[in-house]
Amino acid sequence: MKEVHHKADEHHGAHEKTYKYGMVVDLDKCTGCGACMVACMAENNLSFRKDNSDRLRSNLWMRVYKISNGRPFPDTDISFIPRPCQHCEGEGHHHTPCVSVCPATATDYSHETGIVSQVYTRCFGCRYCMAACPYHVRVFNWWDPTWPKGMEKYLNPDVSVRMRGVVEKCSFCYHRYQRAKNKAYAEGRRELHEDEYQTACTQACPAGAITFGDLKNPEHKVHKLKKSRYAFRLLEKLGTNPKIYYVSTRDWGRKAGEVYAGEEPKGVTHVTHA
Amino acid sequence: MKLDRRTFIELAVGFSAGAGGGFMLTPVNWKLMDDMTIWSQELWPRYQLGGLKGRLPQQGKVTHADSVCNLCPGGCGITVRKVGDRATKIEGREGYPVNDGGICPLGAAGLQLLYGPWRIPSPLKRIGKRGSGNFEKISWDEAINKVVQKLGNLRQKGQSHTVACILGSDEGTVPRLFDRFLAAYGSPNFIRTASAEDTYELALGLMQGTTGSVGYDLERANFILSFGSGLIEGWGSPVRVIQAHSTWRSGDLKDRATVVQIEPRLSNTAAKADNWYPINPGTEAALALGLAHVIIKESLYNVDFIGKHTFGFEDWSDSSGKTYMGFKRLVRTEYTPEAVSKITGLPAKKILTLARAFAKAKRPVAVWGRGKGTVSGSLYECMAVHALNALTGNINKPGGVSARPQVATRSWPEVERDATAWSGSRRPRIDGAGSNRYPLTRYLPDRWSQVMNGGKAGAIQALLVHGADPYYTTLDSAAVAKAFEAIPFVVSFSTCLDETAYHADLILPNHHYLERWEDIPTPVGLQKPILGMLKPVVSPQFDTRHAGDVLMTIAKSMGGSVASAFPWDDYETLLKETMGDNWGTLEKAGYIVNEGYKPSAWSKAFGTPSGKFEFYITAFDQAGVKIGKDVGYLPHYEPVQPEGNPATYPLILIPTELMRLADGAVGNPPFCTKTLEETELKKNDLFVEVNPKTAADYGLSEGHHAMLETAKGKAKVLVHLFEGIMPGVIGIPKGLGHAAYDDYLAGKGVSANSLIGVVEDPVTGLSAAWGVRAKLTRV
Repeated sequence: MKEVHHKADEHHGAHEKTYKYGMVVDLDKCTGCGACMVACMAENNLSFRKDNSDRLRSNLWMRVYKISNGRPFPDTDISFIPRPCQHCEGEGHHHTPCVSVCPATATDYSHETGIVSQVYTRCFGCRYCMAACPYHVRVFNWWDPTWPKGMEKYLNPDVSVRMRGVVEKCSFCYHRYQRAKNKAYAEGRRELHEDEYQTACTQACPAGAITFGDLKNPEHKVHKLKKSRYAFRLLEKLGTNPKIYYVSTRDWGRKAGEVYAGEEPKGVTHVTHA
Repeated sequence: MKLDRRTFIELAVGFSAGAGGGFMLTPVNWKLMDDMTIWSQELWPRYQLGGLKGRLPQQGKVTHADSVCNLCPGGCGITVRKVGDRATKIEGREGYPVNDGGICPLGAAGLQLLYGPWRIPSPLKRIGKRGSGNFEKISWDEAINKVVQKLGNLRQKGQSHTVACILGSDEGTVPRLFDRFLAAYGSPNFIRTASAEDTYELALGLMQGTTGSVGYDLERANFILSFGSGLIEGWGSPVRVIQAHSTWRSGDLKDRATVVQIEPRLSNTAAKADNWYPINPGTEAALALGLAHVIIKESLYNVDFIGKHTFGFEDWSDSSGKTYMGFKRLVRTEYTPEAVSKITGLPAKKILTLARAFAKAKRPVAVWGRGKGTVSGSLYECMAVHALNALTGNINKPGGVSARPQVATRSWPEVERDATAWSGSRRPRIDGAGSNRYPLTRYLPDRWSQVMNGGKAGAIQALLVHGADPYYTTLDSAAVAKAFEAIPFVVSFSTCLDETAYHADLILPNHHYLERWEDIPTPVGLQKPILGMLKPVVSPQFDTRHAGDVLMTIAKSMGGSVASAFPWDDYETLLKETMGDNWGTLEKAGYIVNEGYKPSAWSKAFGTPSGKFEFYITAFDQAGVKIGKDVGYLPHYEPVQPEGNPATYPLILIPTELMRLADGAVGNPPFCTKTLEETELKKNDLFVEVNPKTAADYGLSEGHHAMLETAKGKAKVLVHLFEGIMPGVIGIPKGLGHAAYDDYLAGKGVSANSLIGVVEDPVTGLSAAWGVRAKLTRV
């Protein structure tokens, strides 16, 4: 009996072990190759269609934006911004934007991990969260996913597929967190090592541009990297307190993070064909 | 109570569900709504199955299997996550000497190729018209018999030399089996598809007297001068170069390596570079020589290397007393910064600064091979760039360039040829490689179709294609289609229904790369010899057979000396025997790397007639190459005019190669196509990049449809305004415009190869131009 109590205490204590998972993306290293996007699609069972060229209907969790400084030839410059869910923590009177509008509690901010969840079975597709998200990380399933015959064989059993009518987004590969946590518990540990929980995009990035870890753990690489003098976050002025940090030694690239590039750009910047 | 938006919505929902209010604060409405949601979801069986309609994949134990990727010549190590018998994810293999855990988008999408509908399920025989895509399943016996009969008949008629093989590589056991088959059968026509390696191998052979491919020690270089190489866009072994790029971008800003990109368009590589110098398309050789001019004039070159280990730098005289011009005098007189500025459009001051920075860097390296290196390129341009590496003495040095050998494998017994084999092998090659006109060149992959169309339509009676998609990747698609039409018997060994397979008479599908054994020689551009091993990760998904086994079966069925050239029981036996003592390591670890390998010291490095690095190519005369003028023996600038009349076609169209768009023998998988930018593909229309200034000249705006026309063809495209492309130049992404494959790739965009023709290099006969003249009109 005593031992059981002891275990229960320990268990309780484990729940107090909290993380603040986040990323630091080195834009000087990012080559825009798209391996993160493909690794994400493969890991998280993202579907695809015969025509995916309309971004408003395309379900990317990780999207690499190509931005330009808008200056004419030959002073033009471009940079890439890999954009997963920003897993906003919110601060002060600002809430995580999507969480605060969801009428179905289908999305929530976890104080255990700092991850913004998306519960597909709760979501009924009102898409308020999509409207609220300033980073456009959320995508709507306009169709049921389909796979050409035989291709269902590569589906990852750790991630559910999503039906028509629900919203989905990057989960920081939460199933990998669960897997790592299970393993740690099985080994009698209550704390995860830095390398045992990494997202699929981080793992795939050939440039090593993405670093993932616990932002509040001084032992983790992200803790130091986010303090770089070249670090910034997207739309910091909104008070969303996102957990994705970017590092760029290019001034215009950092300014683009606030959608303010100083003077009005004269040339072509980002173009979409919706 | 504070009325914020959320409360407002909650109230509004409450009002409507509560039919008039009053109930909005009770839980009843909410319970009803929840029930409704669940009820409506349960109406949908898809809720459970996600559109899989009963095809729920099987569960099982999770395991990991290591192998090698062979979707491009990059040869990365991969780790495949398996659930039961299913492969569910491809990841980069940690610790692998090429890519250490990294992976590219194509490699990560490899399972879509394994399980996709583009797989060829069994041997197929064409039943409809060529290109109609109508095939009929046949048995392996029937398929193999058809080949044996056809090749047997040709051989009997003394036509063995009319059989050709096109492959993507000439190294490794499988390509060598095809080569051996032709030797025993009696044909000289082994053709390797085009790449920058074609030219670089020749340049190294001529200047250094070495065989082998170029190896760059990129990781240790600290000044990288790239003449249009798409360093982070698929050039070389893509993940390895991206990782080297990250090394250059690490550490304190002041200690970082410098990257300079020479290119008329702001590619991703150019954007990431410290300096981007756009120059007029095709003038790279002139710029390299302009830099050489400054380096020589200001005595910034490596005196030790140039003085002791090179030939033809200074003027020299032969035994008869005749004086020849050296590289130094040529460069000093012809390529002043002012002259080069006129050719390239780059200000003379920038040429000076760049030359000094390059020569003064600790470990500078000049790299060559445009884009991903899919086009052969100009020999003199390659030599001019390589001369910069010689001037700085970084041949066979850390951070430099070397001619890299392969991991040694056991040799095979000599082929014992019968009379037919001897006479057939001695016939001239269909592509003209090795002929009096192009004595140095081994393969002319863009030329065979031109020769056939130029009055030798019957020159190829049977074509075997493996590990290549020449119907798609060869320049001048219309000419290739016409040549294919003239070949009575085309056999494809492809795993997927690529363009060549689509236009073949017979398909003998090989196992997918995750289903078979095969050795993968050193990835392109690596400085160390590495041998990787493809291992079966999953069992064959379809009725496919290893191409090595199929070819040996064909040979054995032919009997006589063709059969006896293949004494092995099967491919696996041959592979084990060939790997010799290395087999154990290869089977267990999956690779062999010669870590201790160091390129030879300068005194022993060069196998040229002079025993030195040659600026003046003495091997030209030995090989019987007709060089008209003295300057032809030295690296010099000879303008390569892109095809087309400038009056009709005022613009220059250049192919742009994207990391997210495979443009070689492997079609782009759906995941990769999904990553394309909205400014690259819209529905089935491809965007071309146009500078806003040029667009204004032609009345074009963003998103306009336009007709793009060259001497080779025309296509309707969309216009994307891009400030980063030089005015007067149009960029077209390479990799789309497929008719084969499936609905996820077929019919999207246009193929750049259908618009670009062949401009032959005067010495090698290889395709020298990067682009074509074009016009753009609004439609």
